[in-house]
Amino acid sequence: MSTLAPARNSSSADISTQSHPRGGGSGWWLYVLLGIGILLLVGPFIWMVLGSIKTTGELRQVPPTWLPQNPTLSNYTDLLDRLNFARFFLNSAVVAAAVTAGNVIFCSMLGYALAKLQFPGKRILFAVVLGTLMVPAIVTFMPLFVLVANLNLVNTHAGLILPFLVGAFGVFLMRQFIGGIPDELLDAARVDGAGEHYIFWRIVMPLCGPAIATLTILTFLGSWNSFLWPLVVANTEDMYTLPVAIALFATGQQETNIALLMAGSVVVILPVLIVFILLQRYFTQGIAMTGIK
Amino acid sequence: MGAGRPASMAGRSHLRESLVAWSFALPFLLLFLIFMAGPITAALITSFTDLRVTDIRNPLSVDFVGMQNYLDVLGDARFQKAAANTAVFVLVGVPLTMALGLAAAVGLNQQIVRFRTFFRVGFYLPVVTSIVAIAVVWRLLLGTEAGLVNGILAGFGVDGPGWLTDERYALWSIIAMAAWRNLGFLMVIFLAGLQTIPGDLYEAAEVDGANRWQRFRGITLPLMRPTLLFGAVITGIGYVQFFEEVYVMTEGGPLNSTLSLALYAYDQFSFGNYGYTAAIAFILFLAIAMLTLIQFRLFRTET
Repeated sequence: MSTLAPARNSSSADISTQSHPRGGGSGWWLYVLLGIGILLLVGPFIWMVLGSIKTTGELRQVPPTWLPQNPTLSNYTDLLDRLNFARFFLNSAVVAAAVTAGNVIFCSMLGYALAKLQFPGKRILFAVVLGTLMVPAIVTFMPLFVLVANLNLVNTHAGLILPFLVGAFGVFLMRQFIGGIPDELLDAARVDGAGEHYIFWRIVMPLCGPAIATLTILTFLGSWNSFLWPLVVANTEDMYTLPVAIALFATGQQETNIALLMAGSVVVILPVLIVFILLQRYFTQGIAMTGIK
Repeated sequence: MGAGRPASMAGRSHLRESLVAWSFALPFLLLFLIFMAGPITAALITSFTDLRVTDIRNPLSVDFVGMQNYLDVLGDARFQKAAANTAVFVLVGVPLTMALGLAAAVGLNQQIVRFRTFFRVGFYLPVVTSIVAIAVVWRLLLGTEAGLVNGILAGFGVDGPGWLTDERYALWSIIAMAAWRNLGFLMVIFLAGLQTIPGDLYEAAEVDGANRWQRFRGITLPLMRPTLLFGAVITGIGYVQFFEEVYVMTEGGPLNSTLSLALYAYDQFSFGNYGYTAAIAFILFLAIAMLTLIQFRLFRTET
């Protein structure tokens, strides 16, 4: 059964390998343009990493420097000792992990029902869920805050997690992917007397590897980077997530300590960049997988 | 697939299958109703009430004020400024980001390009990063005195302006940052679209003597229409709601020149004016719906 996954996979994934014959030419100018593009896009990251090992004094220097004159790790030790960044990191990780688990499980379950089972109300349900993709976060955050306040969940991990345990994108992605699994496979199991829940957990989910990987990465990333809701719900420092901590320091008490802000930005961005570079196939695969072509 | 339900299924009652299906949907539905559908409905109702932060424990006790919140919002000079800024951000930012994303995609789709994965990963990097952290870095990058941009300009003898502190430049700087951050996402979508265009079309056009630009205008753009539409809609929906960038970089200033609708709504929420906040949010929602509709008209396939 597991041989199915790679076979499905190859048809939709890696959009970069094939290309079409185009007009010739030496094309050196193309590399020049692409190279300038890369410099402009990656340059700020390099400047950020280099800046994080400079002193605030050097960062304020005119003209600005590229390479640090006296490299120091004191910004990072300050983040840990004075600003409790380990705690913010942990909060971000816990929230993102819980949100991701919820989305993978619950969205896959609904995705299976929508793709492979018949029931009244199916079309309307799918349309309503998809419709919420268009609703801006700014519409729901205020009533959500009133709700969470009345559940006494303000400034708790549960308050940060619960509203985002399910989402329309996950349903869409999993429904698309599960729809591609042959019915014959499921029917064979049904003939053998397997129940739908057994089929879902033991046959369908193991075949959904690529889709689950994509959903995991995108959901984790979305949660890791999310800002508005944690800003509203996390009131005390021990509940801050990384983006909230960075934003509040940048606009408040640490505003002038720009070396610390640089190091903080590295802590938020660098883990994501590393994961992205290692797993970049799954990021772009998600776009191909949802059938956007 | 789609060959009809096999014989083994005939015995299973529809009722039983429906119940099983709903049992799969139940956990999602409960969470969805409580944390998504419920709040959307509540927001709509709240926008017609005078709910304030002091009513938070008893949200049902508020008074209905009809369209008053909407009238107040529309008459507020700060709202008008925010709406104008948001319109500029979307009307300039979306085409700019799309043009850059398309240029990158077309460039990477050329057969001669080596290291394609390297370039693609590089262009996509900013997309995966936290907007907040990016905004912090860009705030320093665009600093008037010690910012890297003005440092480089100074090397050419140009005295760079206060990109974020001068009201003439602040919004444009933030648009540039948004385009920088999002073009990689569109590049990936557009690359996928470009690769569905058959290569022989270009060859035939080349034989007929069409130059590079004519081939782009005559083949690429028309065939990319659905992909471009998708990119425009997704980017538009995101841009209408821009918030983190201005929250971190300018706090809406200087002189409200970068105040966005979402930041304006957040401000009102902070002041405790919940009914008012909900009205702004729904105006924003309406703007998104209208923008999406317009884009569908603009990109509709000519028949």
